[in-house]
Amino acid sequence: MSDPLLVIDDLNVSFPGRNGVTQAVRNASFTLGRERLGIVGESGSGKSTTGRALLGLVPRPGIVTARTITYARQNLLTCSERDWQDLRGRRLSMVMQDPKYSLNPVQTVGRQISETCFLHLRTSREDARRRTIAMLEAVQIRDPDLVYRLYPHQLSGGMGQRVMIAMMLIAEPDLLIADEPTSALDVTVQNEVLRILDDLVRQRGMGLIFISHNLTIVSSFCDRVLIMYGGRIVEECAARELGNARHPYTRALVAATPSLDFPRAELATVVRDPAWLQ
Amino acid sequence: MTTPLTTWLTTDTPASRSQAVLGSFYRGGLALLRNPTAVVGLVIVALLLLAAIFAPWLSVYSPIVQDLPNRLAPPSAAHWFGTDELGRDILSRTLYGARVTLTIVALVSIVVAPIGLIVGTIAGYTGGWIDTLLMRITDVFLAFPRLVLALAFAAALGPGIENAVIAISLTAWPPYARIARSETLAIARSDFIQAAVLQGASTWRILFRHIVPLCLSSVIVRLTLDMAGIILTAAGLGFLGLGAQPPTAEWGAMVSSGRDVILDQWWVATIPGLAIFVVSLGFNLLGDGLRDVFDPKSS
Repeated sequence: MSDPLLVIDDLNVSFPGRNGVTQAVRNASFTLGRERLGIVGESGSGKSTTGRALLGLVPRPGIVTARTITYARQNLLTCSERDWQDLRGRRLSMVMQDPKYSLNPVQTVGRQISETCFLHLRTSREDARRRTIAMLEAVQIRDPDLVYRLYPHQLSGGMGQRVMIAMMLIAEPDLLIADEPTSALDVTVQNEVLRILDDLVRQRGMGLIFISHNLTIVSSFCDRVLIMYGGRIVEECAARELGNARHPYTRALVAATPSLDFPRAELATVVRDPAWLQ
Repeated sequence: MTTPLTTWLTTDTPASRSQAVLGSFYRGGLALLRNPTAVVGLVIVALLLLAAIFAPWLSVYSPIVQDLPNRLAPPSAAHWFGTDELGRDILSRTLYGARVTLTIVALVSIVVAPIGLIVGTIAGYTGGWIDTLLMRITDVFLAFPRLVLALAFAAALGPGIENAVIAISLTAWPPYARIARSETLAIARSDFIQAAVLQGASTWRILFRHIVPLCLSSVIVRLTLDMAGIILTAAGLGFLGLGAQPPTAEWGAMVSSGRDVILDQWWVATIPGLAIFVVSLGFNLLGDGLRDVFDPKSS
């Protein structure tokens, strides 16, 4: 990777609380080009917090420190709120977990998607509408003119997530962070949404950070995988090489995945070693 | 009674947005009409509105022209509610007084809701020291008894309807700021506000395009419940001579002028007093009814 899109060095996120400081992310360092990077790990391993830190969206009272976070050579650590507004949506954006909660219940789908157009592309109302409908078509919604006028409660989960993807991709960002985009959907719809996301990311040559706890999806969908445990990146490997992972935690995760080819009566459980956190 | 209109209104599959909106109004109206106290409130408020609109046509006498030979006349066929100490017809003055009362209520509502919404949503969304500062200011206003604070403001600003409106508004906004803040705290944490941030929306845009519309409904319900209180405060200011100035017909001022003669000429103070009582009762009943109908948590 000659000129990486995103460089992260020594990222730490901590939340001061009543019982001392909770370290959500520790010394995370990685780089990202125009490729698909998966981040896997169990609940609470800091995957989502890492994603949010990249967008400056760590909720209060979280503290983000890092030696460097640069995006296309722009230092994200010194960004003002104004700079963030220009970056978010236009250059970086994020698809969130559950479409039920991530769409405004009292605004039509069309209005929410075109909001990004108004904010970043400063287009006319007519043009925004045209782009929105084209974008809805791109996420394979069958009747975009109808869906444009619908409210989020009138959509199914899969449609909602596709609307969310449309909303985040309409301003053509260079980097998309997908935070468990399919965990609220059922398995058949999951694949469809993932395929759409994959196609769009490929067509536009975007960078993608795919956060998930589903090893199978990540290994089939991403180029590279980071495995996180307890806020630390324990291993980085090519997605195809996941079976040959070296770190005991990764191996335990892979071993705990059920497989139709080798049915077992009892799945392996992950036995945690406190030494992994050192 | 299934006319084409009612089937059009109650259909499960509205063809247009306006049909759905009208349909939900129709169903809300039906629910309201099934609630007897709400109907009573609605009738009283409707009568008040009609009285205010048609005051010049309903009243036989001018509300301000004096008729000194006829002063303090008891209720009779000529003057249904009698005359006051300057010989003015009390019925006409009560009807015109409805206009003053409604003006004050309307102006206070227009002023109070935006102030409360702005203060509350900014405090709730930004948090930190801004939240603390705004909420402590709100607490300061809440700490004073409402009427006393309104009196102080009205006395400082000088008597008059406009100043009474300003004084009442200054004392009425804190509860709205509280409501708006608590609603905002719940909304601001939701994912769709995060999504709007992700799209690159500015804080102001999020506040006014996303949060305020969602806070509006609870503020409006609170406002209808508050109207009786506003009327009472306005009448209280009028009674103490800090509201509408003579010769404007205002209920509080009318009660005050009848106070001296209450034992011998009871009608002078009683009729405007009854008007205040009935109208506040009407607004309270209507507010309760509206809350029952529109608040899904109460049923």
